[in-house]
Amino acid sequence: MTDVTSYLREWAMPHVLCPGCAHGIVLRSFLEAVDQLQLDQDKLAMVAGIGCSSRLVGYVDFCTLHGTHGRAPAFATGLKLARPELNVVVITGDGDGLAIGGNHLIHAARRNIDITVLLLNNSIYGMTGGQAAPTTPEGAIASTAPAGNAEPMFDACKLLVGAGASFVARVLAATPLEMTKVMAEGMSHPGFSFVEVISDCPEYYGRYNQLGGGAQMLTWMARRDAGVAVPLSTKRFVNHVPPSTAPAELVTGVLHREVRPVFTGVRRGPGS
Amino acid sequence: MPDAMLVQGNEACARGALAAGCRFYGGYPITPSSEIAEHMVRLLPDVDGVFVQMEDEIASLAAVIGASLAGLKAMTATSGPGFSLMQEHIGFATMAEVPCVVVDVMRGGPSTGLPTMPSQGDVMQARWGTHGDHPAIVLAPSSVGEVFDLTVRAFNLAERFRTPVIVIYDEVIGHIRESVVLSEHVEVEDRPYPASEPADFWPKLAPAHGVPPLPAFGDGYRFHVTGLTHDECGLPTTEAPLAGALMTRLHRKVADHAAEIIETESFMLDDAELAIFAYGIVARSAREAVVRARAEGVKVGLIRPVTLWPFPHAEVAAAAKQVDRVVVAEMNLGQMIGEVERAAVGQAEIVGHLRADGEPIKPSELLAVILAGGGGET
Repeated sequence: MTDVTSYLREWAMPHVLCPGCAHGIVLRSFLEAVDQLQLDQDKLAMVAGIGCSSRLVGYVDFCTLHGTHGRAPAFATGLKLARPELNVVVITGDGDGLAIGGNHLIHAARRNIDITVLLLNNSIYGMTGGQAAPTTPEGAIASTAPAGNAEPMFDACKLLVGAGASFVARVLAATPLEMTKVMAEGMSHPGFSFVEVISDCPEYYGRYNQLGGGAQMLTWMARRDAGVAVPLSTKRFVNHVPPSTAPAELVTGVLHREVRPVFTGVRRGPGS
Repeated sequence: MPDAMLVQGNEACARGALAAGCRFYGGYPITPSSEIAEHMVRLLPDVDGVFVQMEDEIASLAAVIGASLAGLKAMTATSGPGFSLMQEHIGFATMAEVPCVVVDVMRGGPSTGLPTMPSQGDVMQARWGTHGDHPAIVLAPSSVGEVFDLTVRAFNLAERFRTPVIVIYDEVIGHIRESVVLSEHVEVEDRPYPASEPADFWPKLAPAHGVPPLPAFGDGYRFHVTGLTHDECGLPTTEAPLAGALMTRLHRKVADHAAEIIETESFMLDDAELAIFAYGIVARSAREAVVRARAEGVKVGLIRPVTLWPFPHAEVAAAAKQVDRVVVAEMNLGQMIGEVERAAVGQAEIVGHLRADGEPIKPSELLAVILAGGGGET
């Protein structure tokens, strides 16, 4: 394994994440990808919104922008257009990226601006105390859904393909080597790349839905036979609230890839 | 010397921005500000700048902040409804100390309101629109030429103090065309840049007072920017002494230099017994009304705040001291008048001439007020 401590601001720790949270595993896999690609630390900018996943940017030794709730893709757009030589990576969560920031995410995808978005999906609002998110499965318990979530959930990858993202992938926090491989592919892709990372939230989602601790949730995730932070799973969370949509298979890996013109803003054209 | 040109207020804004070194525009269409974007998209490519039309006003200012952190001078422009949406990032830029310029071309509100009749209904929002305690620098031009000059000044102040600066004017100023000579070369200020090498920069970022240096992302300085309350290294904190120190520094970096930021104009005030307080297009009407009233022998003058915030308390107090009455004329139902009362308390009687029906306040209207001794209908 690579020593990734040179990419960390160890003096900024201890970190805010709970025991059992898989976001740290996700971060490590990301730093492995950065190392594999030999990215210049001075030219890597990470942009985040608000939430548990977004707090990761405080602990990495790059240029880091911890913005406002949901707006990271818009901050990243200005950053990338103003300084195209930067590698720009957004870290967002499911609430940050798909609820309050859904508009910014789909428009960044539509433009095909050359940034990478890592969306860490833990199926719930963790930082604010376990409220239902747009990714909380129908029927699952949350602090604002004590009788089971009454709303259907987003499939983030389908949304992003529809919005025009030219690279769309899904990976599991339980499979770190796969995560690194897919993140590296996403960052190497010319244009907008989107990687949904299925993470966990044992503190709220796991506790409310009696799914055990972090290790147990990741084990289930790896086996893909339970609804542990796996939004497309078959598990029914509350007996009397059947899902209205047929459960889909949890598909991982690169789901969509195309090459199309990359948006660089309205600027002086080559040769003009 | 350049020739005089017939220029629209919004075009003067775009040209002023370019002269000040603006190289990034991110915006969203809204009347009566859209001409600024339409000029910027044509002007920026020629100076190696970048234009982007974003998905809304929230994203517009976010992109501007991103571009500013990448080292470009950056701006956006909008009107009331969009200005409401931008409040979130005006707060972020204040807290994270990211230089940027926001132009608000005012139309009638609240909500969708009166597109696109003039108004001055956003002047308090420009001061207090974003949540939390924060400084504000707001400039209010009252002519096409001044739109150019104050847009330049807004960039210079934003860079010097690392804070968002708002240029605010009404629809009349935005759309009026006047013959002006626009300088191509203006004095330009840049943000403070670190004197230290990258290795010595992080994590000791901010001085205890004043404005910390700001390198660009990609320059080799690796640092953290956050809207959370942070320590001098830029890292989030909830410790009261550190939070208090940050809030005090953000406030004082502007307040300590208020005298340099504040600009006012006086007209025929020396022997006046009655003063009109007006800004933006209303100040133009007031000036004409003062000239006409003087022709009839009435001792009246005008005080015009060019800087709305920080508010020119001393200047207004001095003007109030020498007159019996101050008429505050504004195109809203009474916003700056409260600040005039605070400044002039005990010095003079303060009365308002207020309207918020989408019609500009006309010279004849103010002349009637003056001839009635400052009283009359409001």
